[in-house]
Amino acid sequence: MAQPPAYRPLSPHLSVYKLPLTALLSIGHRATGIVNSLALVIITWTLAGAAGPADSFGFIGAIMQSWFGKLMMFGFTVTLYYHLCNGIRHLFWDTGYGFELEAANKSAKMTLFAAGFLSVVTWLVALA
Amino acid sequence: MAEFTLPAKSVVKPGKHFPAPDGATNTRRFKIYRYDPDTGENPRLDTFDVDMDNCGPMVLDAIIKIKSEMDSSLTFRRSCREGICGSCAMNIDGSNTLACTMSLEDIEGDITIYPLPHQPILKDLVSDLTNFYAQYASIEPWLKSDSPAPPDRERLQSPEDRERIDGAYECILCACCSTSCPSYWWNSDRYLGPAALLASYRWLSDSRDDATGERLDALEDPFKLYRCHTIMNCAQVCPKGLNPAKAIAETKKMMVQRRL
Repeated sequence: MAQPPAYRPLSPHLSVYKLPLTALLSIGHRATGIVNSLALVIITWTLAGAAGPADSFGFIGAIMQSWFGKLMMFGFTVTLYYHLCNGIRHLFWDTGYGFELEAANKSAKMTLFAAGFLSVVTWLVALA
Repeated sequence: MAEFTLPAKSVVKPGKHFPAPDGATNTRRFKIYRYDPDTGENPRLDTFDVDMDNCGPMVLDAIIKIKSEMDSSLTFRRSCREGICGSCAMNIDGSNTLACTMSLEDIEGDITIYPLPHQPILKDLVSDLTNFYAQYASIEPWLKSDSPAPPDRERLQSPEDRERIDGAYECILCACCSTSCPSYWWNSDRYLGPAALLASYRWLSDSRDDATGERLDALEDPFKLYRCHTIMNCAQVCPKGLNPAKAIAETKKMMVQRRL
């Protein structure tokens, strides 16, 4: 009998696979989870700084008032709401609901819409 | 740990070009993954310009035509050509499916064909499914009953009990789902994958089976069952329209329920 081949190449995976929306949201859940963890460290740092002496308060205030600071905070708002909304989607799944393809695709779009909508509303209220 | 890139010897290189026969006016380009174990060279992506004026409607028809008329060394598995044997599972146009039930009309532009993703490749589109079958065997896919079978007839089920295995027994083990799952890509040595877990659920939900506790015990492990993160690729690709993700969620629920 012929010897089995010495080497078996690994077929392409991530580089050739067209990930469906549900898969992209799954990666997004992880990514936003990591971003949220980092953002909480930064927010804790700003709170600690703002509670410090006047020059420290002014420094933190200047960062938070700048366009860069606001953009960071807006980004964090989006990742927070995304993770929250998709987390709720996962809770439904954990109870056995929403697995039909149509439902899963629909809840994916709802998660994206809700995260964007809540972020914008939050900032409209905050800046009003 | 997940390896997101291919090993150097698995990287796909540009391949040969097979032009359409003279006089062909209606051609389509097929890009197909090739690997020849005899040369030991890297896999390559060959392009075939196929004359569509005398080609059947399905992807399988086209690759059989390529094998018959353009390059007889093109290697792939196929048998029933009607979506019941599961042999011709491959990655077509970026998604896993059966070549025999995938219509050429439903693909836009060039048709790209790879083997099932993240599998050891024996030749061209033929992957080594040893691990996949071993995982299926590991869930012990047979009836385990404490009572002897009636001597004069089969073990009867009520129509309601019979309905509970609908959506689980129809699996043809084509491996489209497991090899579409990123969790399976990164942990196929320890995570059983959607196909084996769907098969497991088929026995967990069978009213005639008495080994539910034993079967759940066997899945109580950080990897075998719980590496499913509801990515849903399995349900998106299943050519039989089954939903392994739901079966896995139901299995997780059974794990919780038996502790309450």
